[in-house]
Amino acid sequence: MAAVQLEGLARHYGEREALGGVSLSLEGGQSLVVFGPNGAGKSTLLRVLATLLRPHSGRVRVLGRALPDEAWAVRGRIGLLAHEPLLYRDLTALENLRFHARLHSVAQARVEELLARLHLRQRCGDPLRTLSRGMVQRVAIARAVLHEPELLLLDEPRANLDPAAIELVDPLIGATSRRTRVITSHDPARGLAEADVVLGLRAGRPAILRAAREVTVAEIAELYR
Amino acid sequence: MRRTVGALLRKELLIELRSWQSVPGMSLFAVTTFVVFHFALNRSSVDGDLAAGILWVTLLLAAILGVNRLFVADAEEGGFDGFLLAPVDRGALLLAKALALLTYLVALELVAVPAFALLLLAPSLTSTLPSLTGVLALGDVGVAVIGTLVAALAVRTRARDLLGPLLALPLLVPIVIAGARASSPLLALPAGQPAARWLATLGLYDLLFGLIAYALFDFLLED
Repeated sequence: MAAVQLEGLARHYGEREALGGVSLSLEGGQSLVVFGPNGAGKSTLLRVLATLLRPHSGRVRVLGRALPDEAWAVRGRIGLLAHEPLLYRDLTALENLRFHARLHSVAQARVEELLARLHLRQRCGDPLRTLSRGMVQRVAIARAVLHEPELLLLDEPRANLDPAAIELVDPLIGATSRRTRVITSHDPARGLAEADVVLGLRAGRPAILRAAREVTVAEIAELYR
Repeated sequence: MRRTVGALLRKELLIELRSWQSVPGMSLFAVTTFVVFHFALNRSSVDGDLAAGILWVTLLLAAILGVNRLFVADAEEGGFDGFLLAPVDRGALLLAKALALLTYLVALELVAVPAFALLLLAPSLTSTLPSLTGVLALGDVGVAVIGTLVAALAVRTRARDLLGPLLALPLLVPIVIAGARASSPLLALPAGQPAARWLATLGLYDLLFGLIAYALFDFLLED
């Protein structure tokens, strides 16, 4: 069964088409990497898959459920790492994660485990607004994987992370996590390395949709020209 | 549901305790307004209808400040999305936000009512305070429910600071009227008892908007 299945997906913001004619199928455990310049529709695609935006036309099935009608059935099975960390600045990392753990009925021990794995224990009692962007990104990653989601939606997941932090987060959100992943990226080399399927968007429309092994770095670079 | 409401309410109160964005502003506004009334009316004391009117209008306007801030952290920091991604009943957010606003209103009144008694009120509140507390509580429930509904609607628009009060004030007018009429005998010289029909009006209005809010809230959170 396909984990993500799209047929003619379209989404508008007022008169402007943000996404149109997107059709693809992604098997469970595979990684789809989405490339495209700013405003190409990458984040909109993630938000539709996350059930936060309704598709305006086309068919969307996520984890076997049709969206938006059965969104309630998949919400707890999706982990979204968006541009914004979806965390409260006045709360500490620990308070933010405990809050999300309660919403997802996750044991508090999982919070402790993630804080330790992401080397956040020392600063977990400080308000988020006092942490560096890299640390906030690590907390956001902990939030996204807290409930062991089957589908990970990752919007430029390594933004603001130094090489050491990337090593820390990779077991949680990288290929070895064995989760189905939809990742947006601006880094052709890294993106291609972790993709099974590549989607290149230009002005909301698919310009590339092929298996990653058939796509070259030059082709992706062309999207940005 | 109870667990979710508890988590949401705890988060709301923690954020308020850290940022002090609502209650101090609301309280300061109320006290300042009483001082302005004190000088504008050129009277050292008021009672009856005038006292009830001043108290309820001031509390209403101070409450609007809290209503306007109610969803700001969620909208600006992505809390809405974080909540919407969780497999929980969305009615929990309505209940938690209304309870948070109710807490802010109680905190406001803990400052505003003594300040009112000190700055403007002629009769002593000693004997009528329990009854006044009951009337205020009925009004607070209505303000909390309507305020939450309006705030959820306004926060997703660009003109939320304008839209919030514009939508809330007409809906809250019946609460001010019923609240002021019910409290007027309590603030009169000599003090009387609140009329049952105004208490019933407040109760019914609370119930009506509780049901409307429950029916509409899910829809307001949708894209």
